[in-house]
Amino acid sequence: MSNIGSYEEKYKTFDWEISAEELEYGKNGMYNIGYYCSDRICDKGFGKKIALIWQGFKGETKTFTYDDIRIYSNVFAKFLKDNGLQDGDRVCIFMDRIPELYISFLGILKMGSIAQPLFSAFGDEALFTRLDDAKTKAILTTKKHVRKIRRIREKLPELTKVIVVDADDKSLKDDEIAISMENAPRVEHFDVFKAGKETPSVLHYTSGTTGKPKGAMHVHASIISQYITAKWVLDIMPDDIYWCTADPGWVTGTSYGIIGPWANGVTQVVLDSGFSSENWYQFIEKHKVTVWYTAPTAIRLLMKDGTDVVKKHNLSCLRHLISVGEPLNAEAVLWSEQAFGKPFYDSYWQTETGSIVITNYPEMKVKPGSMGKAFPGIKATIVDPKNFEPITKPGTVGLIALKPGWPAMFRTYWANKELYDGKFKNGWYICGDRSSIDNDGYFWFVGRDDDVINTGGHLVGPFEIESALLEHEAVAESAAIGKPDPVNMEVVKAFIALKPGYEPSADLELSIMNFIRKKLSPLAMPQEIEFVKSLPKTRSGKIMRRLLHAKEWGEEIGDTSTLEDD
Amino acid sequence: MCEDLKKLIIEYVKKEYLEEEDEQEVDENTPLISSGIVDSFSMVSLKMFLEKKFEIKIPDEKATTEAFDSVNNMINLLKEFNVS
Repeated sequence: MSNIGSYEEKYKTFDWEISAEELEYGKNGMYNIGYYCSDRICDKGFGKKIALIWQGFKGETKTFTYDDIRIYSNVFAKFLKDNGLQDGDRVCIFMDRIPELYISFLGILKMGSIAQPLFSAFGDEALFTRLDDAKTKAILTTKKHVRKIRRIREKLPELTKVIVVDADDKSLKDDEIAISMENAPRVEHFDVFKAGKETPSVLHYTSGTTGKPKGAMHVHASIISQYITAKWVLDIMPDDIYWCTADPGWVTGTSYGIIGPWANGVTQVVLDSGFSSENWYQFIEKHKVTVWYTAPTAIRLLMKDGTDVVKKHNLSCLRHLISVGEPLNAEAVLWSEQAFGKPFYDSYWQTETGSIVITNYPEMKVKPGSMGKAFPGIKATIVDPKNFEPITKPGTVGLIALKPGWPAMFRTYWANKELYDGKFKNGWYICGDRSSIDNDGYFWFVGRDDDVINTGGHLVGPFEIESALLEHEAVAESAAIGKPDPVNMEVVKAFIALKPGYEPSADLELSIMNFIRKKLSPLAMPQEIEFVKSLPKTRSGKIMRRLLHAKEWGEEIGDTSTLEDD
Repeated sequence: MCEDLKKLIIEYVKKEYLEEEDEQEVDENTPLISSGIVDSFSMVSLKMFLEKKFEIKIPDEKATTEAFDSVNNMINLLKEFNVS
């Protein structure tokens, strides 16, 4: 029997209060996520239960109980407070998937600051853009990544504290501070900041078609959604060993790599290494993972390596498999049944929604390739892109729209209310994705409604890539689009017109690729570059990215006169 | 020649995928993809480097994470293209 039981019944009778009551949310005036993911579990008598088993690339492991998590998050909370950080300050976490990442996240929340996790593979420019926008006050990082911060620090006057979690003072510069979570004096008691339900908690940056990346701001009450969706969709139960492969630099890694599982008091495992099918299967077998939340890109990479490598391992421990990040193709669902004896259940949500909104459930029939149905408490539909009225005819493609009001929904874009307001039309939050709904109420993903590139489950903004490309000495103008890719769904392709004196060559192509990889991130690096004499433009001079996209995808270009007038 | 090849690839990996002053040692057996030094996205630029340098075309089915996981694995891959 799954946690959710009958989906239909739950959908009819659901109220978010069910989740709040289970969590005892607000008891004694406490709303802080940090408390609910550590102290509360200990208060319930599970302090000795294992909260985190971390494994590094070389196979070394570290284990932390809920009591360890409570004490070490107190250590971070006290350290930040002692160093002058205050409630509402943005504190960035910029490190690989080491235990300090997961635990400092709770520490930041416990002392009232806003956690701003950033993907550690970000290059200087990507990091600068996000720290500058958020006016970040402090950053927690490691020796490996502090060099990036040193290179941009002069341009960030608001960044007053650079804290390194794995160094001693001797190896740091004068204006950097060291902390060792495990060697610092233990902090048994810390007065957790009395956040309100609507107090900002987490700031996650995401990309749009135009402009710089924007920070989706969430509040402490998001835990109401994250707790119940982790319980009902991921179906995590007290004895489970749960593995979320997402990096907490992205929203999946915090909502379901920290908050959801720990609010449920489950044991989770983390593997801090690059991808390898063999290593992943070994990891599952060694730790007896029962619930596995991963991404279609990873599943397709596993598919590429075939089922022989699966058979070398005893993976009978796996009980429930879920996927997120991009649509899960039917072939991957069918392959997973063949390889693991059970399907992957696709789930849909985004940075802004903060929690799963449309998904497949353990006791609901899976239609391979479908996103599933709306989570109880979420009113989801598709709307006409012109008048934003709900479309009632099954099979018609429209925009995915959600009725605002669930607890984990973002509350604004940091310092960009106008952009936030623009996401709402006719009383609906417009997700920016196209889909249809079939006769049985299942959603079927069609594609993005804008130029944002979804690569390996991560959104990359073309504007950010094009701006960075212009900083390369050879580039006169450029356009970035997503091109189809069998593993990553899309990868970045750049069309580039060169400055006079430069000629297309493989050397130049490689130089531009590496330039973007280091400046922004590996995800933003064009996997293909097409050198062109000039780029198609509208009459007002805007590059017609959609025309290039249509050509790349073999779609009908149609009447370009309207594009030219854009 | 094999030693030169090793040196060339190791130098490239250090220059392009490690930070200056990085204490990480890289030799011909150091895992690159599975250790996270080179992620699966960046593997494309590493593949392109080999293709460009040795004027070969590595088909997608041969460009696996395993084939690029160490300098030795890459040298073995290159042997299939008569590069040694």
